[in-house]
Amino acid sequence: MSIDAPQDIGQRFWRFHGGLSLRHWKQMSLQHGLEQAPLPAQLIVPIDQQIGTPAELTVSVGDTVLGGQALTRRTEAHHVNVHAPSSGRITAIEDRPVIHPRLDCQRCVVIDTDGEDHQTTLPAWDHWPEYNHEALRERLAEAGLAGLGGALFPTHLKLDRSTEQPTRLLIINGAECEPYIAADESLMRWRPEQVLLGAQILSRILDAEQCVIAIEDQMGEVENHLRQTLKALQIDNLAIIKVPTIYPEGGERQLIRVLTGDEVPAGGLPQDLGVVVQNVGTAAASYQAVVDGQPLISRVVSVTGRGVNHPVNLEARIGTPVWFLIEQAGGYTEQAARLVMGGPLMGISLPDDDRPVTKASNCLLTMIDTDIQPVAEEMPCIRCGKCSEVCPAALLPQQLLAQIRGNQLEEARALHLDACIECGCCDYVCPSQIPLTQTYRQAKHDLALSDLAQQQADRARDRHEFKEQRLAEQKARRRQRLESRREQPDNSKSDDIKAAIARAREKRQAAADQNCDATESQD
Amino acid sequence: MRQFDPQPAPHIPAPSSVRRMMLQVLVALIPGIAAHVWFFGPAIAIQLILACGFALGFEALCLKARGRPLLPYLNDLSAPLTAVLYVLCLPPLMPWYTTAIGLLFAIVVAKHLYGGLGHNLFNPAMVGYAVILVAFPLHATSWLPPASLAENPIGLMSALEAIFTGGLPAPLSFDAITEATPLDHWQNGISSGQMMSEIRQSPVFGDYGGVGWEWIANGYLLGGLYLMARRIISWRVPVALLGSVVILTLPGSLIDPDTNPLVMEHLFTGGIMLAAFFIATDPVSGSTTPRGMLIFGAGVAILTLIIRRWGAYPEGIAFAVLMMNMAVPLIDRHTRTRVFGT
Repeated sequence: MSIDAPQDIGQRFWRFHGGLSLRHWKQMSLQHGLEQAPLPAQLIVPIDQQIGTPAELTVSVGDTVLGGQALTRRTEAHHVNVHAPSSGRITAIEDRPVIHPRLDCQRCVVIDTDGEDHQTTLPAWDHWPEYNHEALRERLAEAGLAGLGGALFPTHLKLDRSTEQPTRLLIINGAECEPYIAADESLMRWRPEQVLLGAQILSRILDAEQCVIAIEDQMGEVENHLRQTLKALQIDNLAIIKVPTIYPEGGERQLIRVLTGDEVPAGGLPQDLGVVVQNVGTAAASYQAVVDGQPLISRVVSVTGRGVNHPVNLEARIGTPVWFLIEQAGGYTEQAARLVMGGPLMGISLPDDDRPVTKASNCLLTMIDTDIQPVAEEMPCIRCGKCSEVCPAALLPQQLLAQIRGNQLEEARALHLDACIECGCCDYVCPSQIPLTQTYRQAKHDLALSDLAQQQADRARDRHEFKEQRLAEQKARRRQRLESRREQPDNSKSDDIKAAIARAREKRQAAADQNCDATESQD
Repeated sequence: MRQFDPQPAPHIPAPSSVRRMMLQVLVALIPGIAAHVWFFGPAIAIQLILACGFALGFEALCLKARGRPLLPYLNDLSAPLTAVLYVLCLPPLMPWYTTAIGLLFAIVVAKHLYGGLGHNLFNPAMVGYAVILVAFPLHATSWLPPASLAENPIGLMSALEAIFTGGLPAPLSFDAITEATPLDHWQNGISSGQMMSEIRQSPVFGDYGGVGWEWIANGYLLGGLYLMARRIISWRVPVALLGSVVILTLPGSLIDPDTNPLVMEHLFTGGIMLAAFFIATDPVSGSTTPRGMLIFGAGVAILTLIIRRWGAYPEGIAFAVLMMNMAVPLIDRHTRTRVFGT
């Protein structure tokens, strides 16, 4: 389908390859609604909560801060700020255990809250349409907006109008397809006006031709709430589209495929197609940032699973310790066996619960023994091909596994290992219970390391070659200088002296030649 | 603070296992086996028990020799499945030692010498069958007629005696009780210039296949459809295989029906149905890519029909499967899918 052709998004759906139909488990936390989590005595705020280097820290230990006060200063275009979630005193700035895909500890600002919760905000822009798109983008970065779906990609970077491709479609992603996670659904259900007005703001910043909210076809109640709110707010340029529930449809690339039929090129970005995808939570936070001047200091976290007594969706301050939120959800049940940040397919398993939630923490999932017990032990691959049937990237996981286990990482790269989105579908269908996603993750990591080593080796070689060349040039210059000096007749000395010098030089030369011959013959 | 044991994602385990898959395949074979017992007597049941015993025995020995844990592999049901498929390819009165030798080649040579479960290049059951067909050609082609046509139906005791002693109770002899299969009739008849209509006069032919055989084939078809519905096997191999048989035999049976069997006769005689749903669908020795599966199925069909028409053996399924097994690495390499966004 050509990009220029106007299309009615939602009139038809395209299929993406593979995927899974999974039980939803979202009602578990949704039945208890969306609650406000109380303020903990201590907030631990990681400084690095975005893709790319974090902004510069501007506070120090002992400072008192207000809720909503920026802890950082933006010095580069991609920076987004991090704010104090509540008022109190900074008691430490140190490495603390965090929830992160690769790191165990990160630099955090530790704030002992004073319980008063004094807040400061940016100027409220009630009449936001009066501001131009650059000002609005700037506001989002100032207010700390980064992709709340979990990727933490700086929101304002995705809203850049200066790209070659004009934005034909903005998708507000409410197709939160991973089981248990209900943060976005609860926002759409209980704060639909924030989501819809936020979508309007994002759409305006991009000057998008079309804006849609994609929700799953199982979210019937959500649809009603959104439609009623649309009517009440008299918004007519925003479509609500129910997409078939197939995991991992909430993936950016999959959702674009379903709605437009286009595939984001491997290694490319949705912007290349003139499409931008923003999460529902990001839309709601954008509304607060612009209209209320409220920086991003809290987010909705689903605290759910059979490992807690009272599953619930909580609006929690960034930096709230996990154990504190578990307590709000009635504490652990006896059988709680695993704690996961995120969903059951892609979530990060935590070694303990004394870590703060971040802007990326959409769900705290507690699982019990019977949830995680494998039905059999790991067996060799029997090449059944179930993995390639479900792979949403249309990879051949079985061939990838064979190459990786045979240490043929370059072959795996040639099979497009980097197109793997680590959704876990292949693991879920593998009858041999092979940890496929983990293997690919590790292989990607190894490839990145070997690329880095290769780069360093290349650089070292370049440096060495450059040095050799420099030395050779130096030598050549010196020889040239000597020779030119030799050729210039020296008139200052009498001919007798010159003759004597010449004789002496000849003698020395002869001796040197002999020496030379001697060493050469020794060789 | 509460501690947990961190594990890599995903956190919900796969609901299936190798054992469950193999079990489903065995269950799907029940209708075919039941039809076999109904039409040809209980001998096959003895053979199945015997073969499973040998298969598990060889499997255990190999695992022990290779220093592998016994339980998970003996439990995975892959060895009994190999044994069952092997038995279903051969006449039920095969002497016990041929069954032992066949499974020795199937389990020890074809499977474990290549690295065990998941690593065998060739279909183990077909390797065992091919070895026995070549080494014991007389036994391996001595099929019983359906019990309804036999003058002396073989009962349980006579079957036991035949399998374990190689002999038969006094008045019987192998020559007397065995009968050419429909495929033998085709091959002999066509090569001696008989018309298909004459060949069909033989009592071994039923409505659209051999008497009894057509019902066994129906049983396999039923089981195969069950496996497809349960997504244990992909539709691609059976559809490509059976579709190719139809496409390749249709012109001949229309243009020259006197010397060419009908499409239905091809589908419902010999091992086509068994191969289409249970043998060519073996994941380990077959192709894994979607297009590769189609090529693999079609290749098996083409080679089988060539052997049926021009080969020395009346049925060519086993050789067709083994030859296509050889081509699998090549097929897989050249039928890779287009990756999303490339």
